[in-house]
Amino acid sequence: MNRFFNIIRKELYHVFRDRRTLLVLFGIPVMQILIFGYVITNDFKDIGVAVMDQSDDPDSKALTAKIFASGFFKFSGAIHSEEEIHKAFRKGSIRAVFVIEPDFSERMMQGELARVKIITDASDPNLANTIVNYLSGIVRNYAIGTGVNPSRLLVLHAEPRMVFNEKLIGAYMFVPGTLALILMLISALLTSISLTREKESGTMEVLLVSPLRPIQIILGKVTPYVLLSFINGIVILIIGALVFDLPIRGSIPLLFFELLLYITLALSLGIFISNISSSQQNAMFISLFALMLPAVLLSGFIYPVENMPLILQWLSALVPPRWFIVILKDIMMKGNGLAYVWDETLILLGMTLLFLLASIVKFKERLTA
Amino acid sequence: MRTIFILIRKEFIQIVRNKSMLPVMIVVPVVQMFVLVYAANLNMKNIDFVILDLDQSPTSLKLANKFASSPFFIEKGRVYSIVEADKLLRNDRADLVIQLPSGMEKNLTLGQGASVQFLINGINSMAAVLTGAYAQNILMDFNRELLPQYHRISSNSLQNTIEVTYSHWYNPELDFKIFMVPGILVILVSLVGWMLTALNIVREKELGTIEQINVSPIRKYQFILGKLIPFWVIGLFELGFGLFLGRLVFHVPIVGSLLLLFLFAAVYLVSVLAIGLFISAVSETQQQVMFISFFFALTFILMSGIFTPVESMPDWAHWVNLLNPLAYFMKVIRMILLKGAGFCEVWKEFLSVAVYGSLMTLLAVRSYRKRA
Repeated sequence: MNRFFNIIRKELYHVFRDRRTLLVLFGIPVMQILIFGYVITNDFKDIGVAVMDQSDDPDSKALTAKIFASGFFKFSGAIHSEEEIHKAFRKGSIRAVFVIEPDFSERMMQGELARVKIITDASDPNLANTIVNYLSGIVRNYAIGTGVNPSRLLVLHAEPRMVFNEKLIGAYMFVPGTLALILMLISALLTSISLTREKESGTMEVLLVSPLRPIQIILGKVTPYVLLSFINGIVILIIGALVFDLPIRGSIPLLFFELLLYITLALSLGIFISNISSSQQNAMFISLFALMLPAVLLSGFIYPVENMPLILQWLSALVPPRWFIVILKDIMMKGNGLAYVWDETLILLGMTLLFLLASIVKFKERLTA
Repeated sequence: MRTIFILIRKEFIQIVRNKSMLPVMIVVPVVQMFVLVYAANLNMKNIDFVILDLDQSPTSLKLANKFASSPFFIEKGRVYSIVEADKLLRNDRADLVIQLPSGMEKNLTLGQGASVQFLINGINSMAAVLTGAYAQNILMDFNRELLPQYHRISSNSLQNTIEVTYSHWYNPELDFKIFMVPGILVILVSLVGWMLTALNIVREKELGTIEQINVSPIRKYQFILGKLIPFWVIGLFELGFGLFLGRLVFHVPIVGSLLLLFLFAAVYLVSVLAIGLFISAVSETQQQVMFISFFFALTFILMSGIFTPVESMPDWAHWVNLLNPLAYFMKVIRMILLKGAGFCEVWKEFLSVAVYGSLMTLLAVRSYRKRA
């Protein structure tokens, strides 16, 4: 047992000696949460729109004024020909052109259909779509304000209610995602690097010929990372709660249990990776490309899984963060208990066992070789 | 000059010899591209909903069918109590519960309004807003159908007084893949070049082989160039390869000049590789390189505008982006490929990247000390 603690101590030395890595480890979640909180928001503002007013009458001017009073759009000059539109789009100075076709006032007065046209730079299709939605909304409101008003006769009105997240706070989405990502990063990446480094520098041989059993070596090597991951996870939760008012509506012990389970899973994954890779570089690339990117993109962290093609939905089922994120959201935001998350928990448990088993088999093979 | 060639040959031999890295460098990015392009889709479809029909009238049935026939929504059955509905929201069986109030049809016949409640799972705020908007649109349509029935108004007079039409240039079908492929290419080209360079030098440090180079008559600039050029070539190759695949599989348009794109990429890669070089010069171990690179790469990627438009970011993000090479390339590759921008439209970015690259290289060369 004493020897076991010595291994832990040795590993802790390794961790704390490398200040730079340690700093980055705690810096990444903070930076990521801040970026997601303040930069990658769905804020829609200051989008450059140019106006091509072919009517130039009181109504067209009033409509234009209304559009730029909204704050969503920034007036980016008047445009007079299609050629100019091309030029402006190519330069990237504007994202859309609002065209008011001739005789705008006159047509509105006579009850004819007045026409406007929105030309977007759809090289960013999402943005183009949003621009059209917002602009037509403003035009519709303008029409209601002036002419016949069909919507005053609304027979059924909508009463939307956002459940679990009434204020639509974006943090509900990205804090669980960040948590899943960072824990995966620290646990899997650090463990696999630390194990392959011993292999590369030949110190693994030293450990193996020592009276320690393999299981003790591995356990001793990963325990410090469990600690590190756990602390990091709690730091992220605290930032989420303090800065973004993230609730924890469910049971905290359950949350911690799931946290530990996920960390264990990530660690066993790290051990597995270190077993199949020959060098640190190799382990890093496997971790980075096979773990990190799927963890970001297939887990439902940024892009909802339901929107993906079926094959990717199946693939995403193999990505541990996907299940962990569901668990986190259930416990934190919905206040669900184990009754709702038992299936996800079982999946994580199964994955952990699988990787541990595979690693143990592999590890023994290497010993005999 | 000959020394540099020999060094470059050595690098290539090492790269080709390393059987495990070669697939990582070629296969992984390609797989990533396919997965990412399909996964990164913000278009909403398949919104699961259930109906809580407390009215049970012909009208409520009609409304329910209207939702079910929309391409965005998938009906997951009916529930009969709010408790049931809550449970479905809780275990993610439904994203939306449409609650039709009792007495809805009666109120309508009396000429009064009625309110339909949408309970939307709000955890993903972005999706929730879209779900709400889609649902309201359907309800508006339904209203338009109902009006003549209850208010004796012909549906003609309900048309808008202003007609809005729109056209989407450069991507008329709003194909998200065309937008994503160039963005992902930027990331792959940058990441592979940056990481490989950074890890390569520090690996020589770790293994001690750098000492051998240090005691050899190789000059500092020769060493640095010998390291940079192979990865620069690989980076350009990956760009071409990725572009070829993107064209073949995703039909990404190439409106502008490829020559201009590659010229820009050639200059751009210098700045990215120099960052990698600099990081490896100031780090001691591969682990440090990895984590420091990861930190900056993640920041740069997220802020580059790959997901969200740069102009909607706060002011301080614009300042940070001045130092973010990925932001320049992200902008330029889309401008050239999708919109056909020429040199006069991208010369500012060209200049910025060139200055950035030379400064970074200078910094990297200076920080690499030849210790005997």
